[in-house]
Amino acid sequence: MTTTNPNPPVPAMKADAKPKKLSKAEQRAIDAKNRLSSPWATAAAIIIAVLWTIPTFGLFVTSFRPAAEIRTSGWWTFFANPAITTENYVDVFTRGTNSFGSAFVNTVVITLPAVMIPITLALLAAYAFAWMEFPGRNALFVAVFALQIVPIQITLIPLLTQYNNWGITGSFWPVWLSHTIFALPLAIFMLHNFMMDIPRSLIEAARVDGAGHVKIFFQVLFPLLVPAIAAFGIYQFLWVWNDLLVGLVFGSSPDVSPLTVRLADLTGTRGSDWHILSAGAFIAMVVPVAVFLGLQRYFVRGMLGGAVKG
Amino acid sequence: MRIPRRMGVVAALAATTLVLSACGGDGGGDGGGDAGGDVDCAAFEQYGDLSGTQVSVYTSIVSPEDQPHIDSYIPFEECTGATVNYEGSRQFEAQLLVRIEAGNAPDVAYVPQPGLIEKIATDFPDAMVPVGEAAESNIDQYYNEAWKLYGSVDGTLYGAPLGANAKSFVWYSPMAFADNGYEIPETWDELLALSDQIAADHPDSKPWCAGIESGDATGWPATDWIEDLVLRVAGPDVYDQWVTHEIPFNDPQILEAMNLADEILRNDDYVNGGLGGVTSIATTSFGDAGLPILDGACFMHRQASFYQANWPEGIDISENGEVFAFYLPGLTADEKPLLGGGEFTVAFSDRPEVAAFQAYLTSPEWANEKAKVSGPGWVTANSELDPANLESPIDQLAYELLTDPNTIFRFDGSDLMPGAVGAGTFWSNMTQWIAEGKDSQAVLDDIEASWP
Repeated sequence: MTTTNPNPPVPAMKADAKPKKLSKAEQRAIDAKNRLSSPWATAAAIIIAVLWTIPTFGLFVTSFRPAAEIRTSGWWTFFANPAITTENYVDVFTRGTNSFGSAFVNTVVITLPAVMIPITLALLAAYAFAWMEFPGRNALFVAVFALQIVPIQITLIPLLTQYNNWGITGSFWPVWLSHTIFALPLAIFMLHNFMMDIPRSLIEAARVDGAGHVKIFFQVLFPLLVPAIAAFGIYQFLWVWNDLLVGLVFGSSPDVSPLTVRLADLTGTRGSDWHILSAGAFIAMVVPVAVFLGLQRYFVRGMLGGAVKG
Repeated sequence: MRIPRRMGVVAALAATTLVLSACGGDGGGDGGGDAGGDVDCAAFEQYGDLSGTQVSVYTSIVSPEDQPHIDSYIPFEECTGATVNYEGSRQFEAQLLVRIEAGNAPDVAYVPQPGLIEKIATDFPDAMVPVGEAAESNIDQYYNEAWKLYGSVDGTLYGAPLGANAKSFVWYSPMAFADNGYEIPETWDELLALSDQIAADHPDSKPWCAGIESGDATGWPATDWIEDLVLRVAGPDVYDQWVTHEIPFNDPQILEAMNLADEILRNDDYVNGGLGGVTSIATTSFGDAGLPILDGACFMHRQASFYQANWPEGIDISENGEVFAFYLPGLTADEKPLLGGGEFTVAFSDRPEVAAFQAYLTSPEWANEKAKVSGPGWVTANSELDPANLESPIDQLAYELLTDPNTIFRFDGSDLMPGAVGAGTFWSNMTQWIAEGKDSQAVLDDIEASWP
């Protein structure tokens, strides 16, 4: 899944030409690359990938099997006795009072603002922390960073009380606000790190040319930050899309409840309808998988960008 | 190069959303159907005009089982003008407490355990609103007095009874009984004699089959056995003391009851028809445990009235059909203790429409309306329910027992005990009792030691 771009060959070729001038770090990188691209490593990677994919594949096969067969035999028996039905999918969408379709729309309605709002706020905050001098900047930045260690579980009841006092429970606002609150510390930290990577001379040159903060932000920094924004956006998107806890506590009313909450109730009061769970899970998975596959370049880059600074 | 691809993903996302929302449109629908039209509003005048008001209901019942509940509100909504907003969640028990603590409690909640009502009363003394006058007089009039007791905490009535189920049932096949000339036993000794006879007549089958596997809750069907037998051996008064821990859990009378269960559940001559030996009880899902009755591998299976939902489709559940249930006999034919369960409605808002709605749920109008819109597997203990409205004969039998004035009704003990025992050590020790052959006295001692 995570095939890296074929950029590294350049240093490798250099290594052949001038082996003596390599630093230790470069030598290590080359060794690592050689080891990782050996046939054994490739075989291991393929085996791991297959092992990782089998459960998902089993889920996929199960979702198309008739209910009676799901209940009596494992998905691998499908190949000996293939019987395909789309009934599970139809069932997922048509049963019940609050339909799966509307829950799907709710999830989209929750996810988009819950990704946009924290990115917007975090960009502004990260810019201030990175390029503006003000008293207590470092202390404040550490404080924001430290907020990451607060477990979201202990904030649930105080937050719900607060939303209730404001009279916004039952709308989308509690879900949006909560996701924003929980995302901001990491978002500010990550975007701040990206911004610090941008050469100071670039900002100073813009300043000499008479650009103010707004102009620097939009015309100089923003184009350079697009990969970072995309990386964090994907990260936050996957988190919000797959979230059950926040959706359950703040968005449990049927009008706003997301797909995950609906999925948790899909098996019926006594859990007797578990055969449609695989179809429901697959529908819930489709969008994140598509987003991940479509934007995985950014995802990998974002992970690296957050981890190692050049 | 980059931009078109990104646009592609966005377009795909948007397209998926559109398609799915289009699919979703026809899923909801208005679940009314035929319930509307012929509503007689005379009985609803006592509630007054509630136009424009809203009542929110929070329950653990999710679709598809929620639809009959929602449909049963229609007469109330049409006659009073109030709107009832239904919300069900399988995370009900955890979420209810979170919401109460945050001040966001629903107007009315359906609570399936009296133990939870007591917990709310202890932890959040001001959260619950006592049952109103109209509802209380309904309860006095239409329900067995035991129900009022279970809905009360320290003499204040918080929970109004709603649905009910009867647990003291033994499922059997009337056809198989008729073929072999077996009679339904009326005393405990007759039951054991019948078991012996079946074991002698059918060396390839066993008289009993059982299963206590139920995921996180494995062991609960075995606790029902013990509760049923405590009720029979020691009587309802000792049962009450046992459940409230006025006598220790390992009291000698409880051991006596357990020994009776032992004679059946851990007797290789009696169990486990079509499924294996004694230990197979622990690994058999409670939902599948009675099914060997259908192919004659076993003859009797003790399980509650709601077990009817577990028989395959097309099976004739009736007095002379393929399967039916008889009352688990007492020690003598005159004693009729009945173990059961049920839900209670609890109000969290002190508004007239909420009180009216709670009163409606205790009324004969609601009981009959609910029976009409429900499929098999739903009973209430409301004595004004017309049994003809109940679809299945087993529900009618359960209803008959629940409302019989001679019945001594007792609520499922594990729902009344503290959670650490009733949903913890009682289950796990009963599982060890079956699976590992743990000594009965040791089981009782360990549960007693775990009582908080």
